[in-house]
Amino acid sequence: MSELTIVEAPPGIEGSGFFATSLDKVVGLARSHSLWPLPFATSCCGIEFMATMGSHYDFARFGSERPSFSPRQADLLMVMGTIAKKMGPVLQQVYTQMAEPRWVIAVGACASSGGIFDTYSVLQGIDEIIPVDVYVPGCPPRPEAIIDGFNKIQELVKNESLRRRESPEYQALLAKYGIQ
Amino acid sequence: MGTLSNQVVIQKLTARFADKISVPTEPFGLLTLETNTETIAEVLRFLKEDKELQFNYLTDITGIHYPEQELAIGVIYHLHSLTHNVRIRIKVFLSAANPSIPTATTLWQGANWMERETFDFYGVQFEGHPDLRRILNVDDMTVFPMRKEYPLEDPNRVDKKDLFFGR
Repeated sequence: MSELTIVEAPPGIEGSGFFATSLDKVVGLARSHSLWPLPFATSCCGIEFMATMGSHYDFARFGSERPSFSPRQADLLMVMGTIAKKMGPVLQQVYTQMAEPRWVIAVGACASSGGIFDTYSVLQGIDEIIPVDVYVPGCPPRPEAIIDGFNKIQELVKNESLRRRESPEYQALLAKYGIQ
Repeated sequence: MGTLSNQVVIQKLTARFADKISVPTEPFGLLTLETNTETIAEVLRFLKEDKELQFNYLTDITGIHYPEQELAIGVIYHLHSLTHNVRIRIKVFLSAANPSIPTATTLWQGANWMERETFDFYGVQFEGHPDLRRILNVDDMTVFPMRKEYPLEDPNRVDKKDLFFGR
């Protein structure tokens, strides 16, 4: 049997028979280890993600056991690959269909900046149409890089305040993209 | 090598169209000639329907832009005689101000999307086309991106600005 490791409890006050901490931290801990990703794979970065999901790199060990191919049940939108301008509205609609709280990771040079496709038909980074939390560089990035990006998302999720999504700053951010 | 030689095709075409078509050339063995908007429909119909030639398959319609030419926009037809396994290429050049040419959809249904693509990228108006609208680019695009006057690069790109390279 291998040694099992479980996540550490958040900082709090401990005594005999009780443990007290803030709800924010408990919810963040639970969320960050059960993120359901929606893989939006359009090209070669998607192939790297398939390797990441496979048994060798075993993406599921971070709690994303179930890649959700329905945006309704997804927490994390993983955009992997070149997004043509014609695909832009589709991607934005997928993002809009996700329930709050939702996070976005742009995997690879194309999703982050357009990459080598500096041309009239390709979106120069998905942050032109939806807000992005983490960018993973690489062309394509190795599975280790994708996992590192995912871990950074987990840190964001863990430390996010429960009220952030109601804040005027967040509403202003969405309004900037014309969402809601 | 097909059962029909290029010389036979050239003879039949010059006999039928005389000075309405250019002198055919054979770069890399591909029979190539040029004609004009008035004659193109007739040339295509002749090539398709002639009992001996039978150029029954329209391989492709493409466009090209030579800004330095007086007739700057080109439309190029590739035909294939499946019966004889012989190919031919026909070029028509149009003025950039009003590029317009008769449709080939009356001869081949398959010309529909090819002409939409050529319209999408070069702005060539195919007269008589049943539904001439953009096919590949986003619907609200206002330019014809393969024409040389429009820049290839996306203007929204910020990380290639000169100031990032000390220029």
